[in-house]
Amino acid sequence: MSQNLTFTEKLKNFFISNAVPILFVVITLLAVPVSGFSANYLIQEMITRIGRNSFLVLSLLLPIIAGMGLNFGMVLGAMAGQIGLIFITDWSIVGIPGLVLAMLISTPISILLGILCGSVLNRAKGREMATSYILGFFINGVYQLVVLYFMGGIIPVKSPSLVLSRGYGIRNTVALDGVRQVFDNMIPLKIGEISIPLGTFFIIALLCLFILWFRKTKLGQDMRAIAQDMKVAQSAGIPVDRTRIISIVISTVLAGYGQIIFLQNMGTLSTYNSHDQTGVFSIAAILIGGATVSRATIPNVFIGVILFHMMFVVSPMAGKNLIGQAMLGEYFRQFISYGIIAIALVLHAWRRQKDKEMERRSLRGVKAEKQPQAEK
Amino acid sequence: MNRLRQFVNKAGWPRVIIGFFLLSLFVAAPFAEVSLAASIKDTLVRFGMNGVLVLSMVPMVQSGCGLNFGLPLGVIAGLLGAVTTMEMGITGIMGFITAVILSCAIAAVLGWGYGKMLNRVKGEEMVISTYVGLSSVMFMCMMWLVLPFKSPAMVWGYGGSGLRTTITLEGYWFNIIDNFLAIKIGDFTFPTGLFIFFAVMAFLVWAFFHTKTGTAMTAVGSNPDFARASGIDVNKMRTISVIISTVFGAVGILVYQQSYGFIQLYTSPLFMAFPAVAAILLGGASVHKATITNVIVGTILFQGILTMTPSVINSFLKTDLSEVIRIIVSNGMIVYALTRKTTKVKS
Repeated sequence: MSQNLTFTEKLKNFFISNAVPILFVVITLLAVPVSGFSANYLIQEMITRIGRNSFLVLSLLLPIIAGMGLNFGMVLGAMAGQIGLIFITDWSIVGIPGLVLAMLISTPISILLGILCGSVLNRAKGREMATSYILGFFINGVYQLVVLYFMGGIIPVKSPSLVLSRGYGIRNTVALDGVRQVFDNMIPLKIGEISIPLGTFFIIALLCLFILWFRKTKLGQDMRAIAQDMKVAQSAGIPVDRTRIISIVISTVLAGYGQIIFLQNMGTLSTYNSHDQTGVFSIAAILIGGATVSRATIPNVFIGVILFHMMFVVSPMAGKNLIGQAMLGEYFRQFISYGIIAIALVLHAWRRQKDKEMERRSLRGVKAEKQPQAEK
Repeated sequence: MNRLRQFVNKAGWPRVIIGFFLLSLFVAAPFAEVSLAASIKDTLVRFGMNGVLVLSMVPMVQSGCGLNFGLPLGVIAGLLGAVTTMEMGITGIMGFITAVILSCAIAAVLGWGYGKMLNRVKGEEMVISTYVGLSSVMFMCMMWLVLPFKSPAMVWGYGGSGLRTTITLEGYWFNIIDNFLAIKIGDFTFPTGLFIFFAVMAFLVWAFFHTKTGTAMTAVGSNPDFARASGIDVNKMRTISVIISTVFGAVGILVYQQSYGFIQLYTSPLFMAFPAVAAILLGGASVHKATITNVIVGTILFQGILTMTPSVINSFLKTDLSEVIRIIVSNGMIVYALTRKTTKVKS
């Protein structure tokens, strides 16, 4: 069919299916001159932020492939990653071994949380996004209970720089001096004045390769089949519930690693807030990159990270220069990130509803020939 | 024994457990040197403060739009109404009434648009309404800074533009409903006005669901295909329910504010939806069915725990666990409710 389209039709299709990224390119192009930042500064900022955030955003891909929508439950993994970082800081293990150990600690926690999340979502089919969103808040409560009350008490954490003066509970901010930017500086590279975190990029590239490979495996194919139609997949002998849980577990584990990479770049962990915005910002980024609730690719991730964070950097200054209030830009940035998620979700749901109506209408047409799909 | 089991079945385990938990908190209160009279008074006032907000969940649940995580939209309408009334300088009971009328008008318009949008996204209402709520709150954050309000009681002292984050209602309509016909017994005050107000609102909802439109709305909620087959305009019913929910949300926040004493602007509407959702679920509502009884039971249980845990539990454990308990209980309740319905449909 697609060959028959004229050039203008193709162009139109391109604009419709990429409306969100194009809109953001336009906004960014307008906002960059107003903000008055230098090109060097922006390029450096973008490169840093790609390194910092891509891994987290990539962790969203698998559940989308498996048809479970945007995994708001990725904050579960982020929390597991943070617990890993707290431990290695307490044991004062520095450098690459420290980060690797943090990842190793986070893995079993992530797997457990992922299994929990997956099983809960299996009980809430069709409402995965709302459920995983609230589940994030729920586990956040448990996380606070563990970190604020158990650590230093029931769970041994000794370092006085970590534990609150009352004897238990972790301080609000944890300095990650021992592991600050060790991945970024693993392979130092500087072009002009711009430093490039080649080590982190290398890890991100590995993950991309993993995802590309994974999609071709039996498990990856199963996930795509489930996304197409859960019932058909079930009757074809694919263990639907189990596969869905696996996709969430992998996503959670990756999110945990992603959070560790994010925090080693930041250099400080704010114990009770770092994971708060992880989900929202990652999801906003992947949606801005042109992904939908049911379709996402690796390019979506990188385009999204660049566009979202360009706006992120530029909008407070642009707001300040335009209206004289930096706070306005700050609100604008949050408005955009929430608004874009809302719009993307609305468009997706709307399209799905339209498809359903079309299907119903086509059924009406077939009626005369006796509906062939009278199974069940 | 049988009747006990019947009662437990009818009320549901979560309510029985949390009810006993709350009861034991009240029993333990004197031992923790917490005044029982003050605790009961606090619980009652909090019930009155939050009752209407929780009530605003009912119409949307009944029409099948799910839990209204978009409550911030109604709250925004209420805030706009309140702020505009203060700008006009109307005080006392007249001020409150003006604020209610203005808010309802704004809420009706917002609710209409919101309802139209939700009609296009059936099945995804909850997650979308969450983000519509979030983004509209952020939009209003910008507006609070920019809108041309002048009253010195409301704008920042320095700069002279942009509204304050909290605006006191002292001198406007602070506690105007709380103190209406309030009964004082020693240091115990019964906020009669709050309860009369809540009763009137609850009666309105109850009466509405016994009209023809209300019945049609329930039908849409329980089976949209069947409702459509019997000639009910599904989308219209859903829109009406969303408008009513939003209007109740607006009135609810006005009641809340007059009792609390402050108008909270900027990001504060974000923290209104979750407690209300948790309360109605705690009261035994599901994603598809909610009654006035659910509202009353749920609000008493939820607000009771919120009042009692900080004072009682903390004096035993010597730490402040209340915030964590609140997060775990309220969100746990919502997750539980979201997972429950699927199993119900299967059976």
